[in-house]
Amino acid sequence: MKLQVKNERENSLKKIVFAGTTVQELLKQLKINPETVIVVRNNEVITEDEELKDKEQIELLSVISGG
Amino acid sequence: MNCHLCQKNPTKAVIILQHGALCKSHFLHYFEERVFKTINKYRLIERNDRLCVAASGGKDSQTVLYLTKKYLENYKIPATLEALAIDEGIDGYREKTLVDLKQFCKKLNVPLTIVSFQEALGKPLDEAYPLVNKDTKKKPCNVCGVWRRYLLNKYAKQKGATKVVTGHNLDDEAQATIMNIFKAHTKLAGRLGPVSGTEELDTFAQRVKPLYFCPEKEVRLYALLKEFQIQFGECPYAREGFRHDIQEMLNTFEHKYPGTKQGIINSFLALMPLLKENKEKEDNQKIKVCNSCGEAANHEMCNACKIKEVLDAAK
Ligand code: SF4
Ligand SMILES: [Zn+2]
Ligand SMILES: [Zn+2]
Repeated sequence: MKLQVKNERENSLKKIVFAGTTVQELLKQLKINPETVIVVRNNEVITEDEELKDKEQIELLSVISGG
Repeated sequence: MNCHLCQKNPTKAVIILQHGALCKSHFLHYFEERVFKTINKYRLIERNDRLCVAASGGKDSQTVLYLTKKYLENYKIPATLEALAIDEGIDGYREKTLVDLKQFCKKLNVPLTIVSFQEALGKPLDEAYPLVNKDTKKKPCNVCGVWRRYLLNKYAKQKGATKVVTGHNLDDEAQATIMNIFKAHTKLAGRLGPVSGTEELDTFAQRVKPLYFCPEKEVRLYALLKEFQIQFGECPYAREGFRHDIQEMLNTFEHKYPGTKQGIINSFLALMPLLKENKEKEDNQKIKVCNSCGEAANHEMCNACKIKEVLDAAK
């Protein structure tokens, strides 16, 4: 499936091809440690077991505030 | 996954914790209860305290400011509350968080004072750091940390604060504990723990940390769900520091071995009475007053003045 991923820390919005189904698998594919982000879809926080659907937009909020 | 506490009306969870998944309202309640329990258990706040919150405008300081205020109101505790922020002078970073902080303090009706490196020590960090670094090889976070701690202490005392409330969370404390161990800075253990600084000495303001048991991820989630205004920003120097590497290491461990950070804190708390006893013995012999500025110092001159001296010589 295709997803749009908005990454707060990198200030980026990327279209990606995702091979899995869950949030957990998405983070793994992106090599992001789940400890460091909060995942948001349609303005709602979702947990790692949540299933994603084609063409969805996912936002990764950074847990770490440097400083 | 659904919230394990909402059994009658299945509700989507916002976080999965070790003891189960929680929905928004159960998470908010759980988080606040833990902060209030920490305050009660370690007596972080008492009647007639004059509280000074060390604030920056980030998620930790907004959360701790909000919950300190809520605690005073809920428990009807007579105490005063104000906020103190240090503007280090970091271009493109601090001014943003200070905008958020000003708005937040206004909304909560908490008086705010901002002290800048520029006005108190002569130069913003951006200018001071390269000059100091040439001579001493000190990293920006080093200079920043020494000066910030110095100014917080000095101005909190000036305001007559009985306690400085900080937004340090579980991750911050676990990182600091490991950093001290890796660098054998055993004397700095006195700065760790839910209450730090020595009460008996009026040279250091006592620091209290209501978010001590809250993982950083939960603080961010709380601030997000409460819709606190926080723009993401990262200090341009953040990735240069030793702390950054320790942070990544601990997050890697936490992911692989859940409970690592809490384990570090629990070990520290078990050892703390011994470490503090040791520290106090040393303090009684060692704490002096800086002969340049009159603040507390471990040597003839305090660390903040030493850095300033290097800086003045470099001009
Ligand atoms: S990351 Fe370092 S330089 Fe930046 S605010 Fe924090 S301590 Fe100061
Ligand atoms: Zn619930
Ligand atoms: Zn001094």
